[in-house]
Amino acid sequence: MKLKLATVALGAVMAAAPAMADLVVPNLSYRTGPYGANGTQYADGFNDYFTLLNERDGGIGGERVRTPECETAYNTEKGVECYEATKGSGALVYNPLSTGITYQLIPKVAADKISLYTPGYGRTSAKNGKVFEWVFNAPANYWDGASVAIKYLLDQNGGDLNGKKIALVYHNSAYGKEPIRTLQELGKKHGFTLTELPVDPPGQEQKSQWLQIRRDKPDYVLMWGWGVMNQTAIQEAANIRFPMENFIGTYWSGSEVDVKPVGAGANGYKALTFHGVGMDYPIYEDMKKHVIEPGKASQGGQFVGSVLYSRGMYAAVVIAEAIKKAQELAGTPQITPAQLRDGFEALDITPERLAELGLPDFGPEIKMTCDNHGGSGMARLQQWDASAGKWSLITEFTEPDQEVLDPLILEDSEAYAKEAGISPRC
Amino acid sequence: MLYREAGDFKTSYRDDGQTFPIRLDRWGYYAILAVAFLVVPFVIDSYWANAVLVPFLIYAIAAIGLNILTGYAGQVSLGTGGFMAVGAYAVYKLMVAFPGVPIVIHIVLAGAITAVVGMLFGLPSLRIKGFYLAVATLAAQFFLVWLFNKVPWFYNYSASGQINAPERTILGWAVTGPATTASAKYLICLVFAVVLAWVARNLTRGSVGRKWMAIRDMDIAAEIIGVNPLTAKLSAFAVSSFFVGIAGALLFSVYLGAAEASEAFGINKSFLVLFMIIIGGLGSIFGSFAGAAFLVLLPVFLKNVLVAQFGWPTDLAAHIELMIVGALIVFFLIVEPHGLARLWALTKEKLRLWPFPH
Repeated sequence: MKLKLATVALGAVMAAAPAMADLVVPNLSYRTGPYGANGTQYADGFNDYFTLLNERDGGIGGERVRTPECETAYNTEKGVECYEATKGSGALVYNPLSTGITYQLIPKVAADKISLYTPGYGRTSAKNGKVFEWVFNAPANYWDGASVAIKYLLDQNGGDLNGKKIALVYHNSAYGKEPIRTLQELGKKHGFTLTELPVDPPGQEQKSQWLQIRRDKPDYVLMWGWGVMNQTAIQEAANIRFPMENFIGTYWSGSEVDVKPVGAGANGYKALTFHGVGMDYPIYEDMKKHVIEPGKASQGGQFVGSVLYSRGMYAAVVIAEAIKKAQELAGTPQITPAQLRDGFEALDITPERLAELGLPDFGPEIKMTCDNHGGSGMARLQQWDASAGKWSLITEFTEPDQEVLDPLILEDSEAYAKEAGISPRC
Repeated sequence: MLYREAGDFKTSYRDDGQTFPIRLDRWGYYAILAVAFLVVPFVIDSYWANAVLVPFLIYAIAAIGLNILTGYAGQVSLGTGGFMAVGAYAVYKLMVAFPGVPIVIHIVLAGAITAVVGMLFGLPSLRIKGFYLAVATLAAQFFLVWLFNKVPWFYNYSASGQINAPERTILGWAVTGPATTASAKYLICLVFAVVLAWVARNLTRGSVGRKWMAIRDMDIAAEIIGVNPLTAKLSAFAVSSFFVGIAGALLFSVYLGAAEASEAFGINKSFLVLFMIIIGGLGSIFGSFAGAAFLVLLPVFLKNVLVAQFGWPTDLAAHIELMIVGALIVFFLIVEPHGLARLWALTKEKLRLWPFPH
């Protein structure tokens, strides 16, 4: 009798399992607060790509993907709440789009054995997979961005930045402080002086910083801003007639919402990016057919093709490819978070694969290994054309200066390993 | 009928002066403590701990701290966030510098350091009052957050200015760091909350508390009857900051695990704790708990109802949630300006007469 009951119970469990075996990729988004205008576009792109996979291919490897959304308002306490609320549902990977929340989650995901994918943000030294087993930040991180921006300026100046003055306007938080150390090192190497100008979050008030820029007359201004801080900075730069082509924003300071409010004054503003922009990619035909026209797009698809939408979609593409890889490695479509981590470490998105996905030349090649969780770090620059109302790419993908970055990454990750008592693997 | 003094005879002054003179209250109190200590730790999961109970207990400690200063001693403070930051950074520096010392000692020391800082910023209270003091404490808020952002020594020169709590254990159980179980997190916060609430209750009904209340009600009169305003005001700042510092230390080390000054301890935190004591009830320990519960639990509850039950879009739910919480605050303040504690006291008054009111 007991055996019979056990068999029945086992059968019931097995019958019930496939029904709830969706692949769960929580979307910790923010659509409210001072960063909501930016966060909402990213979240839409993220959702829409998985909707496309579900509608067109029936999910990944036959398993549908669910993206339960949770509003964090870019607030770390709400981020923790969202993480706790969603992790029980079989979450495979988190992408919180907030450096602050990422710092909270890095120790937690290691304890819970869930991957954290932070493309272009988060903790830079997480590139060192020997220490950060569960965190991935390919294709590019903050330090890569800082280095690529300086490389671009070197190009502009015939390879010599000696005696130049560069100002960094940054969000006074973990996010904005990330590039400082790299820029200081690069300043030593190339002989430019760096002025650091912190802006307190959320960043609507930065008159004094721009007054200082007007007085000091730096040759170039770099910006690490997010949310309302970007628009305000670009507006202030336009007000003091700072030459826009000498003003370069990071990945997160270069979207339509940042430049449009400034109008013609923002023309010529440059920003870093690690992916293409616009709708000239074959994937949008499928997207239109399966997602937008049937009315399944997140929020009605009002931001399709924008910079941040593309970035959200790109994050989803990488996660989807990692899931696919993990399914191949594990030999089963129902993967566990640990198997997904293996998928990330074996991930290789070649240019051919990107073209196959309908995104030719959209991003750099992403190849991750056990010790390299950050890919090649290649990034490119885009420039805003205010009259046409669009971003255009102005450089090819450029390698950052690994000679400067590698020791810094090693130093920072080793400091973390020591603090957290982690012994390096691989 | 059931809730009454009749038949509950007191035979000593000690009995007469106890916190819960009515038997049913007393039983209720013991029952809640028993459930909190003996039942909840065994059934709690990490969502309940991290999203609901741990923040509730930590904010309750902060609210008791601010209530001592504002509710009992009458000194308005907008520096709570800054003082919580002092507690957080103090415990971080202590944890990293002296890994061998038990974490409980670090947390208490962090409270003591915050008490010293609080007294320093309390000095202006000897000269200025009311709104002007509020502005002076606001300066403390901005100065402290700026300091923790500006001086790299406080965050051990980390690249991002973030502080991370390393793992520390009590009797072999991790209470900070990622490996902490839900019940360990909950229990350490519960122990601190219960002990501190007990201390606060006994301070406020003793001579120290009476001095604070005398200063609050009329400082000149208090001075004439022999209350030294210097010691009374500074002791209120010290005790209040001690509580707030412990709350900050727990918030960083046990609850969040990583923090940065401007994000976790900004001016919003000061307002949040101030709203807690205004809604909960000024000058009431119970009010501090009630206010913390109201402002911590209600948003989480509304979010779960609106998003999980009704399936609304998350942004709409977030906006509606703000509107509902705001409307409820206004409603409560109109209906009962003395807060939830007063509402609770009125309920008890009515219960005593039930079912035969006059």
